[in-house]
Amino acid sequence: MSFLNLEGVSKYYGDFGALIDMTLSVERGEFISLLGPSGCGKTTTLQAIAGLIPVTRGRITLDGRDITNLPVNQRGLGIVFQSYALFPHMTVAENVSFGLEMRKMPKHERDARIAQMLELVHLDALALRYPRELSGGQRQRVAIARALVISPPILLLDEPLSNLDAKLREEMQFELRRIQRKVGTTTIMVTHDQAEALSISDRVVVMEAGRATQVDAPYRLYEHPKSEFISGFVGKTNLLPGTVLRSAAGDEAVLGHGQRVRVDASGFADGAHVTVCLRPEKLFFTDEARGTLAGRVEERFFLGSQWLYRVSTPLGELEVSAANDGSAPIAEQAAVHLAWADDVARLVAKAP
Amino acid sequence: MSAATNTSSRWTPYALSLPALALFALMVLLPLALTALLSFQQYDAEKGVQPGFTLASYALVLGDSYYYEIFFRTGWIAALVTLICVLVGAPEAYILSRMGKPWRSIFLLVILAPLLVSVVVRAFGWSLLLGPNGVVNHVFGAFGIGVVKMLYTPTAVVVALVHVMLPFMVIPVWTSLQKLDPMVESAALSLNASQWTVMRRIVLPQITPGLLSGGLIVFGLSASALVIPGLLGGRRLKMVATVIYDEYLQELNWPLGAAIALALLVINLVVMLTYNAVLEGGYAKRMGRS
Amino acid sequence: MRRTGPIAMAFHACVTVFMLAPLVIVCLVAFTPENTLSIPWGTYSLRWFRAVFEHSDLMHSFWNSLGVATVAATLSVAMAVPAGIAIARYEFPGRQALNGLLLSPLIVPHLVLGVAMLRLFALVGARGSTTWLALAHVVIVTPYALRLVVAALAGLDRSAEQAALSLGASHLTAFRRITLPLMLPGITGGWMLAFINSFDEVTMSIFITSPQTVTLPVRMYMIATESIDPMMAAVSALMVAVTAAAMIVLDRLYGLDKVLVGQH
Repeated sequence: MSFLNLEGVSKYYGDFGALIDMTLSVERGEFISLLGPSGCGKTTTLQAIAGLIPVTRGRITLDGRDITNLPVNQRGLGIVFQSYALFPHMTVAENVSFGLEMRKMPKHERDARIAQMLELVHLDALALRYPRELSGGQRQRVAIARALVISPPILLLDEPLSNLDAKLREEMQFELRRIQRKVGTTTIMVTHDQAEALSISDRVVVMEAGRATQVDAPYRLYEHPKSEFISGFVGKTNLLPGTVLRSAAGDEAVLGHGQRVRVDASGFADGAHVTVCLRPEKLFFTDEARGTLAGRVEERFFLGSQWLYRVSTPLGELEVSAANDGSAPIAEQAAVHLAWADDVARLVAKAP
Repeated sequence: MSAATNTSSRWTPYALSLPALALFALMVLLPLALTALLSFQQYDAEKGVQPGFTLASYALVLGDSYYYEIFFRTGWIAALVTLICVLVGAPEAYILSRMGKPWRSIFLLVILAPLLVSVVVRAFGWSLLLGPNGVVNHVFGAFGIGVVKMLYTPTAVVVALVHVMLPFMVIPVWTSLQKLDPMVESAALSLNASQWTVMRRIVLPQITPGLLSGGLIVFGLSASALVIPGLLGGRRLKMVATVIYDEYLQELNWPLGAAIALALLVINLVVMLTYNAVLEGGYAKRMGRS
Repeated sequence: MRRTGPIAMAFHACVTVFMLAPLVIVCLVAFTPENTLSIPWGTYSLRWFRAVFEHSDLMHSFWNSLGVATVAATLSVAMAVPAGIAIARYEFPGRQALNGLLLSPLIVPHLVLGVAMLRLFALVGARGSTTWLALAHVVIVTPYALRLVVAALAGLDRSAEQAALSLGASHLTAFRRITLPLMLPGITGGWMLAFINSFDEVTMSIFITSPQTVTLPVRMYMIATESIDPMMAAVSALMVAVTAAAMIVLDRLYGLDKVLVGQH
């Protein structure tokens, strides 16, 4: 029996299903991300777990207890709101103290816990400041401290990094993971940023239109997406229509212009129409002899650590990314030859 | 995360508003109802208010030329005050909105602060300014103009009413102006519109709801003004409010007073409802809900 | 900010002078040493202020006004806070009607309210009662308190309350420790605005005050219709001073322009 269980949890507003049949098991100590575009139901899931909205159907159990109908102030979960929701009229220390006061913890114990928690998030010097005197990143750490100090069974994070600027976001991603590993709290994070989800989660739940469409560890999710949408949402991809050709020598997909590519076609029937996904970093430039596809560079973009090329080929326009290893990039309008390793192409069902 | 639905009882909002509701029922609804009833009762000069139903008071109010004259005078004075407030208040609000930071707040306060001073004080101040020996006549004297009788004429009443009502016009227009995106005006100018055209075709249509709202408040308050006509209008310049005062506290003909008061209330409400209908119809559709 | 043209500036100057003139003249005349209304040139005297403090009727009505205004402001805020919560936070049938009713003293002329309450008072024998007078004032000033309370609630970040609930607070505790403290500027501003409006109120009070309960503005009106001497100016100057003090407090607490213009 895992730590947190959602069984067929659904939330309907009238006829509109914001969350449909969500079933998920979360192990103790896991860091799970709910990933998807706006409107996919990830925030609704979080709100349901938190008790901020009642569910229409389904059950939520925590450590064996059914908490589906418990009001929010009896669930004891730690919530970090997107806007941080700090108490503006209280100092940092008083904010962090609030949850402990609700639990009737005696003062000397409270003070010790608060000091410990503020040290963990590196805010001990700012204990007597008010939220309005703090930067965005500092306020976020207060929100985390306030949620963690009550030793909640689960920590819920609602788009915790979306209000921060890019550089800070990167730093805080790893900071969050460090804190979570140190304290060991089971954590569920909602985000629309796939890079964020992939970098710090143990597992990622990809959601679309109210449903969970794939639940996997980040690497598996990236390398083996289960749909066109997922392959495009999680990372960049080139999508090419094709047909399955199974033979004793190995499975292949036949693309346009007779181009063939080796794939793992398990789960697909011979002759099935599919979409082939080729990630830009899996394609590389080579010479004519070893090249599989000829093309011409139409545009190139410099992204710092890599170059992104748009290459026109007989199969359509493909995106190719190459590491910036210091050597000269390929010029626009240059004729090139592309190749890729065996078994890096992925098959997904053709989207309707 | 968005707000959660409240799990408290259906009766909570009613319980919360009960004290206020009870008080208002007792002190607003009940007295108004009683006054309506009163207006239909008979009055005997010797015996006072008598039970029994009669339309005599209303007949008097609606039929007698004396009361026509008073309603007419009140109406044109209120209309004149409203017009002046529009002509002065709207440009002033616009000028204020164009000012820089410290001055804008200061002058806004100068215009609005008199709202917090009792109307008695303000009326008294005008009586000092407009009297035969007052400051204004001294200034006139310095320019060679003779003494102009202003006190106890409609002039004094209009001037003092404008002074009291101007803030009520400035506030709604100011609020409308605050909602204007200054970039829209810049866009119009960049497309070769003259300043005047910008005013006429960009600013004015957007502040019209504020003008109407302010105009309504000013008209309603001016029509029911008591202290200013009482102190500055003199015995002969009767307006609706001073007539009601006379009937209630001097003539003691309460039914008549009640009839006049209710007529005033009804006129106020009708004008207000007409305004709401116009606003809901025309502007809301064109500009989106404000 | 575009520079304002000279015509506009001149216009604005005239409007400013116009708005301040009656208040300035009243404060000047209050200091005259003469027996008649005149502007003091050079010599100033406090004799008329002394006359005010020695005038027992005036002082009596001053204390009446102070008492009534304090009670009225306090009661109206006490009722406006729960009613404001109901209106701002809940959807229920009758909400619009309730809001309209509680704001109606802004639309119904004070004159009409005055004569209506006079009728009620006559029927229940309330004429000499300060309590009934205070209740009448509560009605008049509640719209001001209510508007500020509702505005304060509308500006509140609801997620702070949710955070408090998620940390284990009951609804009452969350209200007491989070919502109420954050509403406090609005509540205090509402109290002050209610106080000032009650203190100043004259049109309705003329009808419902009795010789014992006469308030200061009504007394001033009665004096002004009979005899006018500089004592009237002195009282007026004192009232302007009290208002100015109240305005400063309101501005510190809340921002005076926000209070007067309202949050739209």
